Amino acid sequence: MNPIPMDHGLMLAGILFMLGLISVLIRRNIIFMLISVEIMLNAAGLAFIVAGARWAQPEGQVMFIFIITMAAAEVSVGLALILQLYHQLKTLDSDAANQMHG
Amino acid sequence: MEALLWTIPALPFAGALVLILMGTRLSRSAVALIGVGSVGLAALITIILGINFISGKPTPPYYHQEVWQWFEVAGFNPSVAFHLDALSLVFIFVITFVGFLIHLYSTAYMAPDEGFARFFAYLNLFVGSMLVLVLADNLLLLYLGWEGVGLCSYLLIGFWYTEPANGYAARKAFITTRVGDTALAIGLFMLFQNFGTLHIQTIATEAPQLWSVGTQNAVIIAFLLLGGAVGKSGQLPLQTWLPDAMAGPTPVSALIHAATMVTAGVYLIARMHVIFDLAPAAQLTVAIIGAVTLLLAGCSALTQSDLKRVLAYSTISQIGYMFLALGVGAWSAGIFHFMIHAFFKALLFLSAGAIIISLHHEQNMFKMGGLRKLMPVVFWTFLIGSASLAALPLITAGFYSKDQILWYSLASERGNFWLYLAGLTGAFITGNYTFRMVFFTFYGEAKTQVSHPPGKLITIPLIILAILSLVGGFIELPHNFGHFTVFSDFLTSALPATSINETLGSLEWLFQVLAALVSLAGVYLAYLFYLKNPTLQNSLEHSGWAMSLHRFWYSGWGFDKLYDLILVKPFVFLATINKNDFIDKIYTAIAALTRAFNHGLARTQSGILRWYMMGIVVGALLIITLSLLP
Repeated sequence: MNPIPMDHGLMLAGILFMLGLISVLIRRNIIFMLISVEIMLNAAGLAFIVAGARWAQPEGQVMFIFIITMAAAEVSVGLALILQLYHQLKTLDSDAANQMHG
Repeated sequence: MEALLWTIPALPFAGALVLILMGTRLSRSAVALIGVGSVGLAALITIILGINFISGKPTPPYYHQEVWQWFEVAGFNPSVAFHLDALSLVFIFVITFVGFLIHLYSTAYMAPDEGFARFFAYLNLFVGSMLVLVLADNLLLLYLGWEGVGLCSYLLIGFWYTEPANGYAARKAFITTRVGDTALAIGLFMLFQNFGTLHIQTIATEAPQLWSVGTQNAVIIAFLLLGGAVGKSGQLPLQTWLPDAMAGPTPVSALIHAATMVTAGVYLIARMHVIFDLAPAAQLTVAIIGAVTLLLAGCSALTQSDLKRVLAYSTISQIGYMFLALGVGAWSAGIFHFMIHAFFKALLFLSAGAIIISLHHEQNMFKMGGLRKLMPVVFWTFLIGSASLAALPLITAGFYSKDQILWYSLASERGNFWLYLAGLTGAFITGNYTFRMVFFTFYGEAKTQVSHPPGKLITIPLIILAILSLVGGFIELPHNFGHFTVFSDFLTSALPATSINETLGSLEWLFQVLAALVSLAGVYLAYLFYLKNPTLQNSLEHSGWAMSLHRFWYSGWGFDKLYDLILVKPFVFLATINKNDFIDKIYTAIAALTRAFNHGLARTQSGILRWYMMGIVVGALLIITLSLLP
């Protein structure tokens, strides 16, 4: 069977990354922003996998495992922060958190 | 005994340190004890060391003591080291001994003053700096003392600082001498560039090997050193600070004029005589400056009404004699006159001070008069000092020292007739203004009442100095009076002997008689004008040219006006237009710009998460774009 060309895989990763980035920028709901960040991380992971497959090297997958680990840690910390934020402000609007500026 | 050399400058410094740190908490008698004691002890050690030095006749003919190495930078390693030879011995003797008498006198003179401890702290610092200057074995240490003396003169002239005029006089002294100091500093840089060291003895031995007579470098350096000497010694063209320095307390004037600061220039030239020997043009200039200055200052002294200003101009004039002697190569004669001058000038200043405090700080001679009977001790000592200053023949020390200078200015190989004539005219003027001062102050009608006669602490130093002003001259007699030359023989180990033009040798007595007659004529003229026949004076006052000449001399030959016009006024003018310093604007603009950036960046810290993300994205895009650009 024909292998999928690397360009297609990278293009998919790029589109996913841009979608995630744009939604981080335009969303105000902080949970959606967190999910968008996850999408961006996955897009980056996909790019590693594609590159690893192209050169037949295991490092791409190793890197993806690292990224997943980091994402898990990030989500746990992030969710805890969001809970606290909601507890304090009774809203999920990220702009409402600008009290911390300075 | 040699090992005690370092204590001579260290003692006054220690005294100053103690007085500065604890002066306000000590009682007056303790302050006086520390202030006078430190200098007295230094004088004692000096005398013991001096006896040791003279009787021991060390070879090589000096004591040397290195205390520590100051610093070392790229092969330049000046040390704090003291060098005592015949020349510096004469100086430290005068500085500590006369300085001690002035300190002793000050305890009485300054007794009612509020700044008693401060005064003695400054005096001690002054004496210490001067001793460092004189004992330094390298020119850097000498420069340290040189600047220390300048600082102390500033502090002491402006001692009564609540009066703005005193502060002005202090600044004037400080800035004027600074002009000379700059020249001296450049001279030191050039010496270092040529020799790679500032050690005086090394320079003295290497200079004649490196340069021949008249080498350009030697001449330039000699002129720069002369610039420094002219500034400190109040010679033409930097003499204007010295009369104004009278703003300080009278013991200060005595110290500055007799023993310390103004003689620093004489010392510097004598110490660096090797360089001047290699630069005949500079040495001739020294003689000419001395000759012209002694005439200018003498004429100004003739017209003053303030007792202390007469003495100030007289100092300028007498230092002019020393420069004249140095300039014609009569090194030991110059130093001899320095010593004798220190005795009689300190005496004159201190007696003037005694008069001034007894008359409630009255300094105008025209308002004194008739003090002969009221203050006999002061009268006799002042008379002796005046006789010595006017060089009355045979009995006074001033005669022997001045006669020697006059003789050498004609008869030494570098002397000439014009220098002699200037010196002789100066002797006439000196006799005249000195006794004008005596007649006005002590004779005639009493115009001011004496409030309280001077005490013992004031009269004892006067008597000691009066004795020295009389007998001090007998250690060096002219060649035709038995050829008793202890002083110049003693100095030969440090300074070259004076060479005499042999054709004139047999005529020495003729010129001596001439010099004596001229001095006496000056005194007689003063007697005629101011005592016997005052109408002569009135007739002079009515002629227009005499009055304008009087005003011109009174204002110090217009030098103050001239400097005001060509230096002070333009400077003040420039300062006025540049009041809002334009260079400062640049720095203000930099500060304002930074503050604007700060404001702008602080506003980006809005706390809105999406703006932060946008910032990151824009930054990432920028970096990627830049890295993709070819």
